[in-house]
Amino acid sequence: MKLRTSFLFGCLIFLVGCNAAPGTWGWYVIDPRTPAGYNNIRFLLNGFGATILLSVIAAAMSMIVGMLVALPGMSSNRWVRLPSRIYIEFVRAIPLLPMLFWVFYGLPVVLKSMGISVSIDAFWGAIITLAISDSAFTAEIYRSGIQSIAKGQTEAAKTVGLNYMQTMRYVILPQAIRRILPPLANQFIYIVKMSAFASVIGMQELTRRANELVVTEYRPLEIYSLLILEYLVLVLIISFFVRWLERKMGSDESR
Amino acid sequence: MKTGDAIEIKDLNKWYGDYQALKNIDLNVAHGERIVVCGPSGSGKSTLIRCVNSLEDHDSGRIVVDGIEMIDNESINAIRSEVGMVFQQFNLFPHLTILQNLTLGPMKARGMSKADADARAMEYLERVRIPDQAHKKPSELSGGQQQRVAIARSLCMEPKIMLFDEPTSALDPEMISEVLDVIVDLAEEGMTMIVVTHEMGFARRAADRMIFMDHGEVIETGTPTEFFEAPKTERCKQFLSQILQH
Ligand SMILES: Nc1ncnc2c1ncn2[C@@H]1O[C@H](COP(=O)(O)OP(=O)(O)O)[C@@H](O)[C@H]1O
Ligand SMILES: [Mg+2]
Repeated sequence: MKLRTSFLFGCLIFLVGCNAAPGTWGWYVIDPRTPAGYNNIRFLLNGFGATILLSVIAAAMSMIVGMLVALPGMSSNRWVRLPSRIYIEFVRAIPLLPMLFWVFYGLPVVLKSMGISVSIDAFWGAIITLAISDSAFTAEIYRSGIQSIAKGQTEAAKTVGLNYMQTMRYVILPQAIRRILPPLANQFIYIVKMSAFASVIGMQELTRRANELVVTEYRPLEIYSLLILEYLVLVLIISFFVRWLERKMGSDESR
Repeated sequence: MKTGDAIEIKDLNKWYGDYQALKNIDLNVAHGERIVVCGPSGSGKSTLIRCVNSLEDHDSGRIVVDGIEMIDNESINAIRSEVGMVFQQFNLFPHLTILQNLTLGPMKARGMSKADADARAMEYLERVRIPDQAHKKPSELSGGQQQRVAIARSLCMEPKIMLFDEPTSALDPEMISEVLDVIVDLAEEGMTMIVVTHEMGFARRAADRMIFMDHGEVIETGTPTEFFEAPKTERCKQFLSQILQH
């Protein structure tokens, strides 16, 4: 009830804003009916491509790195486990923004000193940072998913002659996947939201475009409102997919 | 034909932290011999047979299975391919059909073709008397049927030795005999086996030798007749009187 009232109230402000005199509200800046507004809105919406591409590649890399970290992390040998534990604790402790600066400005220097001269552009700098930062969480999702499969499954696989990789591939992962996929998809939402940080190193994604337009148009309220709406739509679509996945995986479990 | 016994265990010790689960176990099992292991819960029966196929590693002592001494990963793999195991909780692969449960090992570990593996699987499903369930998932079967599938899954690897860890303890009473009958069939065909069980009727029917364990030690061993008619130790007498009351 309360939620609906505040929603209606919000709509009211929005409508009043639309019709208010110039100087207080200025939706004209993104009004697709005017040529300037149309250009602006196209400029902003074009950020979707970069945001989505950034997030998808980072998520894919995070899934791979996370697996490489998680597998030794479940070894019965503590010395095999240790590097994986250190990686997870270390990476989780670093805030995203400082890590982004370090990767973008610092990493090329490190690489150069090692004789590797590559320039890291904003796109790959952002992807590397997002992937590393997220991989610590992905690794933990894998670990809990895999460890939730009973020990008896591994033992049964051993007694029919399967080696470690075969046991993972044919016995453990197919069962773990239904416990791993929903939280993994959920984690994707975090990547999408975190990808906004890429704007500070010049990546032309949703947030960067909004910032640039604000600088030229002086209309922060309208432009940032749209920006929030853009993320909202993106995240709601993903959440919908996660919800669907959870239901599908859950109903599979009972079979 | 290899000389020596199917299983030779010498001076086996196993610790869980500072708890000693197996104490100086010596045990030889001849080819074709059927051994029943019994003893109170926590006496180390599971630990002992799990050492035989290295599901548990031991701290000292010698284990030789079918002439292969357990020393490194390579010998462990070689031993595992000779030894089948059936668990109390069946441990079937729930995401696979019955047929796939049976063919996974032969196809992936032995490189057998699907057609050959399927044919072999169906043969063993006949043997455990459930060929008509091949395309169901494990959860659609009764406990007794699941355990028979687990036995068939082991047999598909054509092991020389079978280990059974309380194969009927998780079953409803009316399903116990259908599983024991399958194990008796195997025994009669000459399979070497170690069966951990409290089913004394089965022991009388199928065992060549009884082993009684307590607190990680082998307390008594003998033929079923000796064992049931004239137990030598007090602990064994006590245990038998408790078991046979049910
Ligand atoms: N993984 C383990 N960690 C610690 N103690 C264990 C473990 N497995 C078994 N034990 C202990 O070792 C003893 C023997 O266990 P087990 O071989 O399972 O007995 P049984 O099969 O005769 O009931 C028990 O006291 C048990 O608590
Ligand atoms: Mg036991």
